[in-house]
Amino acid sequence: MPKGKIVKVSGPLVIAVGLPGVRMYEVVRVGKPGLIGEVIELHEERVSIQVYEDTSGVGPDEPVIPTGEPLSVELGPGLLTSIYDGIQRPLDIIRKKVGDYITRGVDVPGIDHEKKWEFNATAKEGDKVIGGDIIGEVQETTTTVHKIMVPHGIEGKITKIKSGKFTVEDTVAEVKNDKDSGAAKVTMLQKWPVRKQRPYRDKHSVSEPLVTGTRVIDTFFPIAKGGTGCIPGPFGSGKTVVLHQLAKWSDADIIVYVGCGERGNEMTDVLMEFPELKDPRTGEVLMKRTVLIANTSNMPVAAREASVYTGITIGEYFRDMGYKVALMADSTSRWAEALREMSGRLEEMPGEEGYPAYLATRIAGFYERTGRVICSGTGEREGSLSAVGAVSPPGGDLSDPVVQSTLRMVKVFWSLEAGLAYQRHFPAISWLRSYSLYLDNVREWMNDNVAKDFMECRNKSMSILQEEESLQEIVRLVGLEALSMQDRLTLETAKSIREDFLHQHAFDPQDTYTSMKIQYRMIKIIIKLYNLSKDAIEKEVDFSGLTELKVKEKIARMKFIGDNEESKFDEIESEMEKEVESLIKSSKV
Amino acid sequence: MQKEYLTVTNIAGPLMLVEETEGIKYDEIAEIVLASGEVRRGKVLEINKDKALVQLFEGTTGLNLNQSRVRFLGRGVEFGVSPDILGRVFDGLGRPIDDGPEVIPEKKVDINGLPYNPYARDYPSEFIQTGISAIDAMTTLVRGQKLPIFSGSGLPHNDIAAQIARQARVVPSLDEEDKGKSGEKEKFAVVFGAMGITFEEANFFINDFRKTGAIERTVLFVNLANDPAIERLATPRMALTAAEYLAFSQDMHVLVILSDMTNYCDALREVSAARKEVPGRRGYPGYMYTDLSLIYERAGRIKNKKGSITLIPILSMPEDDKTHPIPDLTGYITEGQIILSREIHHKGVYPPIDVLPSLSRLKQKGIGTGKTRHDHASVTSQLFAAYARGKEAKELAVILGDAALSDVDKKFSAFADGYEKSFVAQDVYEDRGLEKTLTIGWKLLSELPREELKRLKDEDVEKYMK
Repeated sequence: MPKGKIVKVSGPLVIAVGLPGVRMYEVVRVGKPGLIGEVIELHEERVSIQVYEDTSGVGPDEPVIPTGEPLSVELGPGLLTSIYDGIQRPLDIIRKKVGDYITRGVDVPGIDHEKKWEFNATAKEGDKVIGGDIIGEVQETTTTVHKIMVPHGIEGKITKIKSGKFTVEDTVAEVKNDKDSGAAKVTMLQKWPVRKQRPYRDKHSVSEPLVTGTRVIDTFFPIAKGGTGCIPGPFGSGKTVVLHQLAKWSDADIIVYVGCGERGNEMTDVLMEFPELKDPRTGEVLMKRTVLIANTSNMPVAAREASVYTGITIGEYFRDMGYKVALMADSTSRWAEALREMSGRLEEMPGEEGYPAYLATRIAGFYERTGRVICSGTGEREGSLSAVGAVSPPGGDLSDPVVQSTLRMVKVFWSLEAGLAYQRHFPAISWLRSYSLYLDNVREWMNDNVAKDFMECRNKSMSILQEEESLQEIVRLVGLEALSMQDRLTLETAKSIREDFLHQHAFDPQDTYTSMKIQYRMIKIIIKLYNLSKDAIEKEVDFSGLTELKVKEKIARMKFIGDNEESKFDEIESEMEKEVESLIKSSKV
Repeated sequence: MQKEYLTVTNIAGPLMLVEETEGIKYDEIAEIVLASGEVRRGKVLEINKDKALVQLFEGTTGLNLNQSRVRFLGRGVEFGVSPDILGRVFDGLGRPIDDGPEVIPEKKVDINGLPYNPYARDYPSEFIQTGISAIDAMTTLVRGQKLPIFSGSGLPHNDIAAQIARQARVVPSLDEEDKGKSGEKEKFAVVFGAMGITFEEANFFINDFRKTGAIERTVLFVNLANDPAIERLATPRMALTAAEYLAFSQDMHVLVILSDMTNYCDALREVSAARKEVPGRRGYPGYMYTDLSLIYERAGRIKNKKGSITLIPILSMPEDDKTHPIPDLTGYITEGQIILSREIHHKGVYPPIDVLPSLSRLKQKGIGTGKTRHDHASVTSQLFAAYARGKEAKELAVILGDAALSDVDKKFSAFADGYEKSFVAQDVYEDRGLEKTLTIGWKLLSELPREELKRLKDEDVEKYMK
């Protein structure tokens, strides 16, 4: 293969000549240390390369060796519970190899090639298969069965397949068709270029919510399985905590968490906490369904750009098995900044705020890889991939180009507000500014699986919160006394919704996760009390009596009621009825 | 034999272009000998075929095109580390300026360091007592944390930094079951990186460290306001390289103070402007986030290593504006922030820490049973809530007059005053233990009606509120 040579080095950008035939986005090894780089621009004979490692000490005339392959990830058993850097190098193996610091030119495979897995063939000899068909299974972790699929591009009749212990490189099946002479060998290992979307047969609109256990999300601004969402907010508003909550408690089968240009200690926190946490549904350790990708802010900037693609490709791979996958990216702003940095060094004409003009296209391309799909292969296997990205706009300013480009793509907007965080109202998701466009999609599911009047309660609460905002204006101008009893009841109820329902303590073992059933009971009780009080006011009951109901103490503590103590809600309801009734009676006397 | 180039063709701002070079590497260090014989240092910023763009740390004043000789040293900027650096004062490029002997280095280390493998990091969870109530109780500092002080011109951030450097130590938990345990004898060091601060400010630190004897375990890197601005780009890296050596090779717990990051960022902007890069917000380069994170992320702990690096960068917010790019990007990287308030400063309260917008993200992990005291979390959360409510009541009183306040609100309003005067306020030389801090907190809370204090537990109230 022809060797090129370097002519220019400027930070992560290297320009080389003498590489005829090199393709766009091909991976090359740069300089004497053999740094990993990717071709991003071809200009006659000048080739621009973004290098995923620090380029100190590299200079002109050093060699550049093309590899002939685009930047790819290795897919197969062994992905789960791993922690990778932005270009799928396992950080634990790097540590074993080179110590506590990440040095340059380390070459390690993405998944273990030595380990033997117990392969169970589910297809048999003589079966006709096409790319995407499942031919066998591997129990990868106690929670997850890794399905082995025929790679895309291979089809025909299985001539040989057997169960047993294999490494990912061993041939587990052979597929032959009439056109080709030899049989294609199928291993458990697939390689896939990260910038290329993995194919599927059909895309469907989403219908089922991704239940996260966070009340403000599930009840007010739900995200669907296969949907997209974003969380913009200034620093200290709790983006990372919300994303961690989603990664912990979402009812997805597989979680891919991409730490993109954020704090190193946050990744350490995830690494130390997840192996301890148990899934409330299966009772299994959460780490067993998780893949982590950590490219912290001090790691090379170009690899940060690749990390979100690495993450979503792994997500798509599990989706193709028919799993429900959720991906979290913290934070997409850092990814966009990496784009900006490379664009600046390429001396491209800048768009808004120095970001490249293709920023919106890149963001769109990322979010469009999500969705609810019928997987490729035969049969009606359905999988979904949802993505949630944090956005860190400068100064919390939502006019930032990354926020604006993201909002055009995503269907759910959870707006974090500094004001709420400042009052220590967490999660600091603003109920007035956030929105979810999936309400209509999930309505039917909610009706069938939660309760018929769930959406009704949700909409009523929303309108009470909206009303509160305008009433607050009046109170600020003329004082509370000027309001009618009905309006004061609205304020009182809104306060209860905010404090007893929306406010949720991520670090409390009970409060951290609330099932849909309990969420419904909670919001129902608040609305019921509102309706009872409204009647009472019409019957001329004194308002102060209503604010001092004893049951309010219990309502304030209902977020600590567990899934198995549902009867407590019945008690609260009947107590509420009795108390209001006795107020009505005493006022009549 | 090293080649010397006489081919400087362009000089602009802090940058210089050398042509017809051969075998030059990116990020390499260059030495420039002026016509006068003076030697300056620079760094290769970009290399394009036979042209090397060099950034001069000491500025380009006095350089000419035909008599400047340039040597490339074939290595990056390095700092020679050894245990003898303790107690010494260096300039911003790591040359001793305290009239002491040359340091004989144990090894030379590239000041850029290498990123820690996130997998090798250990999560910070040990409480550091600074003896300052507002920090210890409310925005708790934890070993291995990076916690900046957001200040403004004219505010006493230097006094606070010096006080932290003087008093910071690890103490055992105050709970009954941990009584009698003594804090382990641990080696402790302070590394101070001064960037563009005045002679007086630098002198204040040096004298303060001398007076209290802290100088013995301190390393200072001083780049003064009149020193070359570009040299500042190397100073924090020098400081952190020294800190990494002390922490991970000498098992010391190192507190790094960097002041003032605003000057550092301005130097970064200067170089970026000279290179005619596309400016980001307010003219700062788009890669400032990455650049700052390369500094801040060097704080932390590593598994199976005894030492730690705790980092307190100080920055003055231009116009006290928290959304200015420097505090904004810093806040996105660091684990919380301590914000000083001009309003509280004007009331004569030292330290003027505004606890409401201040935050320590690692507080959760560093306090409570076995770490500080079991009631630490609940009592501080109650203090925070009560102070916030008190401030709200005071704002209301400004608009509507005192008469508009309910009796309860009046109590909260009085509480807010008391909180600032007796809890936040203390003397510059007062090393207030956590026990005393919590006692003051409980005493202040006891002035409020019990039914309003929902975050306190009954058994704690019985025990501490008398």
